[in-house]
Amino acid sequence: MFGLKEGEMIATREAYGKALVELGKKRKDVVVLDADLSKSTKTCFFAAEFPERFFDFGVAEANMMSAAAGLALSGKVAFASTFAVFATGRAFDQVRISIAYSDANVKVCASHSGVTVGEDGASHHALEDMALMRTLPNMRVVVPADAVETFKIIHEIADIYGPFYVRLTRPKVPVLPEHDFKLGEASVMRDGDDATIVATGIMVSKALEAAEQLARKGISTRVLNMHMVKPLDEKAVVKAAKETGYIVTAEDHSVIGGLGAAVSEHLGETHPTPIARVGTRDHFGISGKPEELLENFGMSTRHITKAVEELLH
Amino acid sequence: MQLNAELVKDLEKKARRLRKDIVEMTAEAGSGHPGGSLSAADIVAVLYFYQMRHKPENPEWPDRDKFVLSKGHAAPVLYAALAESGYFAVSELKSLRKLGSMLQGHPDRVKIPGVEISTGSLGQGLSASVGMALAAKLDKKDTRVYCLIGDGECEEGQIWEAAMSASHYNLDNLTAILDRNKLQIDGSTKEVMSIEPIADKWKAFGWHVTVIDGHDIRAIIKALNAKTPKGKPYIIIANTTKGKGVSFMEGVVDFHGKAPTREEASKALEELKCLD
Ligand SMILES: Cc1ncc(C[n+]2csc(CCOP(=O)(O)OP(=O)(O)O)c2C)c(N)n1
Ligand SMILES: [Mg+2]
Repeated sequence: MFGLKEGEMIATREAYGKALVELGKKRKDVVVLDADLSKSTKTCFFAAEFPERFFDFGVAEANMMSAAAGLALSGKVAFASTFAVFATGRAFDQVRISIAYSDANVKVCASHSGVTVGEDGASHHALEDMALMRTLPNMRVVVPADAVETFKIIHEIADIYGPFYVRLTRPKVPVLPEHDFKLGEASVMRDGDDATIVATGIMVSKALEAAEQLARKGISTRVLNMHMVKPLDEKAVVKAAKETGYIVTAEDHSVIGGLGAAVSEHLGETHPTPIARVGTRDHFGISGKPEELLENFGMSTRHITKAVEELLH
Repeated sequence: MQLNAELVKDLEKKARRLRKDIVEMTAEAGSGHPGGSLSAADIVAVLYFYQMRHKPENPEWPDRDKFVLSKGHAAPVLYAALAESGYFAVSELKSLRKLGSMLQGHPDRVKIPGVEISTGSLGQGLSASVGMALAAKLDKKDTRVYCLIGDGECEEGQIWEAAMSASHYNLDNLTAILDRNKLQIDGSTKEVMSIEPIADKWKAFGWHVTVIDGHDIRAIIKALNAKTPKGKPYIIIANTTKGKGVSFMEGVVDFHGKAPTREEASKALEELKCLD
């Protein structure tokens, strides 16, 4: 997996599927659950390799989540996967009580988050999943930005007890330039001192493009890759606010309750800073191609660039 | 019940028209769910072109019967039926799943005339139908609510919550139709999560149950118009073939959520034309 080259295109869900197989070889206590979407979430790779440790629950997400908790509370490390809308919306109370409240060792790994799901439309665009998961005590929220990070995250969280929500995406994303990665700490993808873009997941590569465009206009922009939205790397956020003065957040999620909200909440309390949030704004998704939708909803590279410029003016 | 041969022929033709629309629109969109749309085409054709009281020119007509597509991913068959009924232009079908189109990947009640409720998250439509049937009883209306569910969808707990409430409230104005095409996404229902004995389950939940060939227009009409016990909700278990009508899609699990290529689409349209 680390043979991946910078710029190579691979979906984080694909990397997740491959990581599970590696993990399954290393650890006999890893079990995987899915709800009739294993070919999409890529748990099918694990199912093929370890059929006795894979459980397809059919179209029954609520049942799957509580069953995952049961497995976990019996000594297994349970990875439960489906689309993000169903993992967090359909089965919210099961995740809340059976997993989070019970502090069960379940890793809820959901694919197909955000508007970049594309043509399936609003019913399948999870724009509130981070918000829902952030509100749950004991739950940590992780969003890998590329395949390499996904691989590292899946292996690391298997060794950390307790509930995690891992947010994966459908379309292929470029492997990012090599960077330091420490779980829970924002990676500085690019340094700068006029403004900071705090991005997560699929938006990190766009933030880097935006920083490049801004550099050509003489604006020096720091880019923080916030792979952990909860607990948030508050230190890195405050440092960026103090050193660069302006913050723009970017996420394929509603600005209500997600990364932009987490950053704003913390800065509002500790270090009020001019901030702009790029994300969806209190509306459902619509059908279209992923890139078209990012453009349509004001979440493309161009919009991130514009958000920084407007904030500075 | 004596059925006029002409009528049956005409409905068969209408069902084929829906199938052509399904193939064309998913091919044009480059995504979507042809398999479970094709399996339901005969049922939906009978509902829209024979059975239901509805007014395409007045979708909100208060005395209409209602159709809820609980298995919302089969949106193409619903959109085809709505367009061919006159709710909107057939030419709209080409815009399926495209940016700015009203024809969303899954049924959108707010954008599309004739859609009774937004679906796409499996298991919710039958509960919504229970609500509509309850309202009709409250309002002393003779509205009938028809709800199409999938066999994979029957794995959702909510389906059984809905089933229980429908018989508890004696909703004999509710007809569910189960598209028993034996496939879901990860494989057959038998392999993924067995739902059998499915007829016995519905009976145990207090429903009147009939099992038919879901591609036999006469059988569909007869079942929809059968006299059923007073006070009981009614389910028609329609045995179907996923991808029905297109040889290379029939029984092929991959065509659940994969659109035909241009070439596959012309082959499919050729096959369907030969039957006219
Ligand atoms: C709550 C929920 N979980 C998962 C999905 C994803 N999904 C879409 S269709 C499908 C399989 C449905 O199988 P079935 O009901 O048999 O549909 P059909 O064969 O008629 O197409 C699944 C799992 C969904 N739409 N909603
Ligand atoms: Mg099915």
